[in-house]
Amino acid sequence: MHTKSRDNWVAAAFVAPFVIAYLVLFLYPTVRMVILTFTDAPLIGAGKWIGFKNYQRLFNDKAYISAVWNTGYFVLLTVIPNTLLGLVFAMMVNRQKGYVQSFILAAFFLPYILPVSVVYRIWEWMMDYQFGIAQYALDAFYGERVAVFRNKVWAMPMMAFVTIWWTIGFNVLLFIAGLRNISQDMYDASALDGAKRWKQFRYITWPLIWPVTALVLTIQLILQLKIFDQIYLLTLGGNVNNTMVLVQYIYKQAFQLNKGGYGATVAFSLFAIIVVVSVLQYQALRARPR
Amino acid sequence: MNLLRIDFAGRLITLVTLAIAIVWAFPLYWAVITTLKPEFEVAQPGLNLLPKTWTLGAYTHVLTTTKIGQWYVNSVVVAVAVTVLVVMMGALCGYALSQLRFRGRTALWFTVLASFMVPIQALIVTHFVLMSQFGLINSWLGIVLPQLIVPVVVIVYKQFFDSVPKDFREAARVDGANEFDIFFRIYLPMNWGVTTALAIITFIGAWNAFLWPFLVSTADDTMTVTVGITMVKENFGVQYARNLAAAVLAALPVAIAYLVFQRRVTQAIMLSAGIKG
Repeated sequence: MHTKSRDNWVAAAFVAPFVIAYLVLFLYPTVRMVILTFTDAPLIGAGKWIGFKNYQRLFNDKAYISAVWNTGYFVLLTVIPNTLLGLVFAMMVNRQKGYVQSFILAAFFLPYILPVSVVYRIWEWMMDYQFGIAQYALDAFYGERVAVFRNKVWAMPMMAFVTIWWTIGFNVLLFIAGLRNISQDMYDASALDGAKRWKQFRYITWPLIWPVTALVLTIQLILQLKIFDQIYLLTLGGNVNNTMVLVQYIYKQAFQLNKGGYGATVAFSLFAIIVVVSVLQYQALRARPR
Repeated sequence: MNLLRIDFAGRLITLVTLAIAIVWAFPLYWAVITTLKPEFEVAQPGLNLLPKTWTLGAYTHVLTTTKIGQWYVNSVVVAVAVTVLVVMMGALCGYALSQLRFRGRTALWFTVLASFMVPIQALIVTHFVLMSQFGLINSWLGIVLPQLIVPVVVIVYKQFFDSVPKDFREAARVDGANEFDIFFRIYLPMNWGVTTALAIITFIGAWNAFLWPFLVSTADDTMTVTVGITMVKENFGVQYARNLAAAVLAALPVAIAYLVFQRRVTQAIMLSAGIKG
């Protein structure tokens, strides 16, 4: 009995820093957020208890609903392309050797370690209406220059493209690790049987890489639902409402309009969406392709 | 005959791969080379792959007219503090979860796992309220604290401590070592590789963090460099060379950290995604 309680004290000393930080900086703010959703509090200061009014407002708030749609649109534009392109790039890298491989991998991966504000500065410059070098490409293929980040139609797809450019290195890395776990013997044997590249991909690579694909899809989906940084930065000074996403709407309500209670409600809805979507996706991805 | 044909296709794929890689890396090159041009040259049309006049003018301008020096100090302090605290707390807690038997262990483990569900971004409102109650708005500590919740570090440490053979532990026990000795002299040193990897990736993450530092530091003096470089106002005309020079300076530490510790960085990324490499 004596040693038992001593063990508990020793363990308490080990877990204390994390547990205290967790309680104060995670659990308490989470509970507080939920409570806040039932009040009309400003960002700083107390508010009145108003029951479910914030939630009722949520469902009638056109700007909120459009933020949900915009977030969904962004997810659609990024998650699957980023995953599939990641796999394609990983297979490309995996075929190469030595310095060529290092160079190609670095080209795909280097953007990923950059801060978002640097990515923003780079693409603001690349896409500048007057001086941006990418405008030549746009001009050549589309026929005219476009102020892409201020254009209602172009803004989301371009920001999705910038996001893919920035983050694909992460997916490439995970896929390379997955590809290296596939035994070369399988490819050799199938080559002896006369299997072509496409058949090898379809019947060896794709089914065997599926667990990694599912993992990448899951990570991407949750990540992109929480999008804020690049959209906020790239549309600075433009018409923000066209591309307003959920986290941005939390920021707008709580920090710009000083509506802490309603901002927290939007935040809670994001939490709920993420839980629902991850459960659904987990169910969907458990199935393996044949 | 067949062999030759396959080889040709292979070469074509290699060429395409190289072309894509060059296009992918081009914005990085273009950004860096722009910083070395004078502003009037930046505005010239066409693809000028090298400056006609090489100049560091954009850098001296940024260094002398903005508070980037102060932002740098803020970023270093914040990123180092976050890294040390996150790794330390994660290692200690991971060790307890892996090696010690105590009341509430299972509950703690599930709490750590469940915390993945709550997006940190959803907590910005209450984090801000909390930090303002602590009086920490516009302070280093205010930027650091909400960044300390990184449950994945605990999980990674637990996995690695789980795979240390029990013999070491029992031998040390026989020699009269207590849990702290075992942790600091055996488990931690045996896993320096993991610690280095996690420290580097946490540092990069903290250096790159945008949303929270952007919300909590509103004064010019307390911003981190990643936030600061977005605040440089364009008062007149084009000043892309200057904006990009500031961006290059902001990216420098993480770019160097990556180039020096390449393999550790990639290892850490896979660890945090749940792939033990």
